[in-house]
Amino acid sequence: MQGASLSVGAPSPQPSPRWGEGVRTSKPDRGDVRHDDKSMLYFIEQFLNGIQLGMLLFLLAAGLTLIFGIMDLVNLAHGSLYMIGAYFAATFAEWTDSFVLGAIFAIVATLAVGMALEVIAMRRLYARSHLDHVLGTFGLLLFFNELVRLIWGPAGMTLSLPGEMLKAVEILPGLFYPVYRLVIIAVTLAVAFLLYALVMRTRLGMLIRAGASNREMVGALGVNIKLLYTMVFGLGAALAGFAGLMQAPILTVQIGMGENILILAFVVIIIGGIGSIRGAFVAALLVGLVDTVGRAFLPDLLHVYLSESAAASLGRALSSMMIYMVMALVLIVRPEGLFPAASK
Amino acid sequence: MRRTATIPVAVLALCAGPAVAQQQAQQTLKIGFVSTFSGPVAAIGNDMKNAFELGLDHHGRKLGGLPVEVVYEDDQIKPDVGVQKTQKLIESDHVNFIVGYIWSNVMLASLKPLVDSKTMTIDANAGPSQLAGELCSPYVFSTSWQNDQTPAAVGLYMNQKGVKTAFLMGPNYAAGKDMLAGVKTTFKGQIVGEEYTRWPDQLDFSAELSKAREAKPDAIFVFYPGGAGIQFVTQYVQAGLKGQIPLYTAFTIDDLSLPRLKDLAIGIPGAQEWVGDLPNAANQKFVADYKAKYGVPPSFYGAQSYDAVSLIDSAVTAVKGDLSDKEGMRKEMEKAEFKSVRGNFKFGNNHIPIQNFYLQDAVKNADGSYALHTVATVVTDDQDRFHDRCPMK
Amino acid sequence: MKGLLETSRGSRPSPRLAVNAGLLVILALAPLYAALTGDPFAMTLFTRVLILALAALSLNLIMGFGGMVSFGHAAYLGIGGYAVGILAKEGIGSGFVQWPVAIAAAALYALVVGALSLRTRGVYFIMITLAFAQMTYYVAIGLDRYGGDDGLTIYQRSRFGSLLDLDNKILFYYLCFALLLAGIYLVWRLVNSRFGLVIQGARSNERRMRAIGFATYRYKLVCFVIAGAMCGLAGALLANHTNFISPAMMHWTRSGDLMIMAVLGGMQAMFGPLLGAMTLLLLEESLSRVTDYANLVLGPLLLFVAIYVNGGIDGLIGGVRHG
Repeated sequence: MQGASLSVGAPSPQPSPRWGEGVRTSKPDRGDVRHDDKSMLYFIEQFLNGIQLGMLLFLLAAGLTLIFGIMDLVNLAHGSLYMIGAYFAATFAEWTDSFVLGAIFAIVATLAVGMALEVIAMRRLYARSHLDHVLGTFGLLLFFNELVRLIWGPAGMTLSLPGEMLKAVEILPGLFYPVYRLVIIAVTLAVAFLLYALVMRTRLGMLIRAGASNREMVGALGVNIKLLYTMVFGLGAALAGFAGLMQAPILTVQIGMGENILILAFVVIIIGGIGSIRGAFVAALLVGLVDTVGRAFLPDLLHVYLSESAAASLGRALSSMMIYMVMALVLIVRPEGLFPAASK
Repeated sequence: MRRTATIPVAVLALCAGPAVAQQQAQQTLKIGFVSTFSGPVAAIGNDMKNAFELGLDHHGRKLGGLPVEVVYEDDQIKPDVGVQKTQKLIESDHVNFIVGYIWSNVMLASLKPLVDSKTMTIDANAGPSQLAGELCSPYVFSTSWQNDQTPAAVGLYMNQKGVKTAFLMGPNYAAGKDMLAGVKTTFKGQIVGEEYTRWPDQLDFSAELSKAREAKPDAIFVFYPGGAGIQFVTQYVQAGLKGQIPLYTAFTIDDLSLPRLKDLAIGIPGAQEWVGDLPNAANQKFVADYKAKYGVPPSFYGAQSYDAVSLIDSAVTAVKGDLSDKEGMRKEMEKAEFKSVRGNFKFGNNHIPIQNFYLQDAVKNADGSYALHTVATVVTDDQDRFHDRCPMK
Repeated sequence: MKGLLETSRGSRPSPRLAVNAGLLVILALAPLYAALTGDPFAMTLFTRVLILALAALSLNLIMGFGGMVSFGHAAYLGIGGYAVGILAKEGIGSGFVQWPVAIAAAALYALVVGALSLRTRGVYFIMITLAFAQMTYYVAIGLDRYGGDDGLTIYQRSRFGSLLDLDNKILFYYLCFALLLAGIYLVWRLVNSRFGLVIQGARSNERRMRAIGFATYRYKLVCFVIAGAMCGLAGALLANHTNFISPAMMHWTRSGDLMIMAVLGGMQAMFGPLLGAMTLLLLEESLSRVTDYANLVLGPLLLFVAIYVNGGIDGLIGGVRHG
């Protein structure tokens, strides 16, 4: 047989050792050990994770809601911009050997791509029906996936963090939270405030708000609508790209990475109200928290009533469905969303 | 002028015709290869493809005397795509052999068309328990293992290290469930937690790592293949758990993920049926030539694909190129008389190898590169525990 | 009342008639082609075209004619498929039980979804139908007994006693063909009936229809249920065709595929969904044989159609449509 090294205290050699006749159960009988241990710290950690997911969703949803609210465009390719931002960041970070520089260049590059996309393709879709938007932007989604595969190959990339961010910090006694996730929360909050300042305090922001609530009027007032649209789309693209690159160190950079989160972003803007950034912010946090905290606690909540394995699979299914149920509820009760922007 | 020129051209064409026909008369051995070439786990598919190509090179691009043509298909980790690609290979490309299948769920989904069409299949990675048991088929051979075997070896090792309580984690698909069940067959301690994460798109393990920390086990056991393994180990370290709660793994740290994990992987043991430094001659040639051709060391995925080449060669040689003699090929393959890079092994009645499992650890070489290194043999001639359920004798 | 094969006014045969008739002939002869060229894969591909055309047809009934843009139609494919798969696993292999259950289950879900969703309109309707489809997707993932995310192999196709042997690929193909033709005929009759006129009227101006006195909500709901039932049948066919069911059948991108087939083919045309399904699938297949990067062509093509083409492929063939 194999001339291998010494056996590590194995049971006395037999012709074909049997590993044991353990009956296969899908879940063990754990007893009540874990439930007594569930503590506040765990909840806080999940809460923070939920905030972090919510903030990233906000970045994506803010652009999406503006584009939908102002240009009335259903953009399925928004997730592609998220993906492109991540790919750019991974590439530039490799070239410059710096995460921060890579991120900055990536945002600029995604902004450029977004504006180019608007001029070349999107503006021709505005006059068409929503269905045509779906068809056209779906085609763009396919195109971008393939283009990325052509340029960067099918395997995906990694975006590594600088060493300091790889640690965990003890933010509360006994609660360790990864530094990078704190950075995400802080940075995205800063961007949210900047966005707020832009929309509330600048002329451009005023035009955006006006366009979101009454498109025709703004055009009638003599504003350069075309330029406004290009800038709004570019802004949305930059936000999406930024979200993509922030998330990349956690989830890796791969083709089609925007598709799952795109659906969540649509849910967010529906709940928040189309065209409303404030709505997007609140709804994004809500969705992020419901999804994360729900996933973490629902199986255990169900375990009170059901058996272990039933609770686990039902819990998994239900927690995935939860945000859709929330959205369906909002649509039935208050279809215009929590903070509707349009006055039409 | 032109008229005279056409005559030599016509003559040439006439001569070329029979030559072409003759080339077509000599049969090619068509092999379909189903693996994953997209997404973060593409590295696995590429490793398998590279090793397969190297194996073909070593055999002079001919197996059993027949020239080989390979068609590679990407299953995108999805069972429904995998079964479609399998059907395409069978019905449209008319392949004689199919090799591959990284994922147990893709393998199981693709099984029916393979068996219905009586296509000789070599499973070069997936090890679902059903394939070793009630769904075994005379046409399907494995050059890998059955999913329970490797984690069972780890479980044994955990006993030896005095681990009394363990928290288990794995992806929620066929192999994930098999792996965690496999650990439980040998591990004698108490399981204080068992988490299944969404596969393949959940790469954020913060929630489950928190639960693990909460449960305060003596050790954590995980199974996360491919890119997910990189993500998990990175997050495990990021969460500050390394040094607090030891980690034991199966198929999570391999030659593909090691160059990316670097120091993070040191001190995290795993088990495998093949390690790069196994001393037999076939393996030394394989590893050396692989490194020379591709610049990086091969992984166990590649080793299994490389063995598939030799297995096919032995079969086709035995029937002297008569690919319709499937009985003959099967009988020859069952003897497992080829030189495997893991050393000689036998097939069980269910066509799953009966083989050794080794403990492996990550080390840093003097030149700064990282490698996996055999620490000990955990078990010899291990046979999976499902072979009794297989109706074949 | 418009003719089924779309003859134009007057005696000059329209190009549309030629294309539709030609399409039927090609489809009728496809098994012959597959047998002659020894390429069983062509049969597999064309059968798939037929089944998805039936699904797209059901979507077009509510979307093209009814103006109800459902982004969750793949859910009915999944429900129909899972009905067959679950019954097969539990030992009930008879098609006489499986298929009616598939249709009924899909119709029931359509009733629930429709009742709730039809209270909204526009993009809200799109999103809420999407939400319901996502829920079925996640429920399917949670069904551990039936494979969950890994899917479930169906070892034995639906049995119809000595009447039909669905393992016979040619027979199965013609069965799907017959069902598709029956579906087209049904949709044609529906659309051109009083019921259909109310639906189309509601699409163009709902307020007016209600003012006239039609309870448009009820009409739309019935239409929605019929579409769901038809798609459930397509799901049963699909499960039989692939011998495999998985939650992927219900993923939102599959709903997107169906929408694209309907829009591409031409939403006002009876044969639109078939045209769209055939074009999309054949284009995907042939492009992938030529290049590894098929979507670099397909993507912009879809965009082009979205921007410039009115009425889909059918619109390109037959020129401007009225009504």
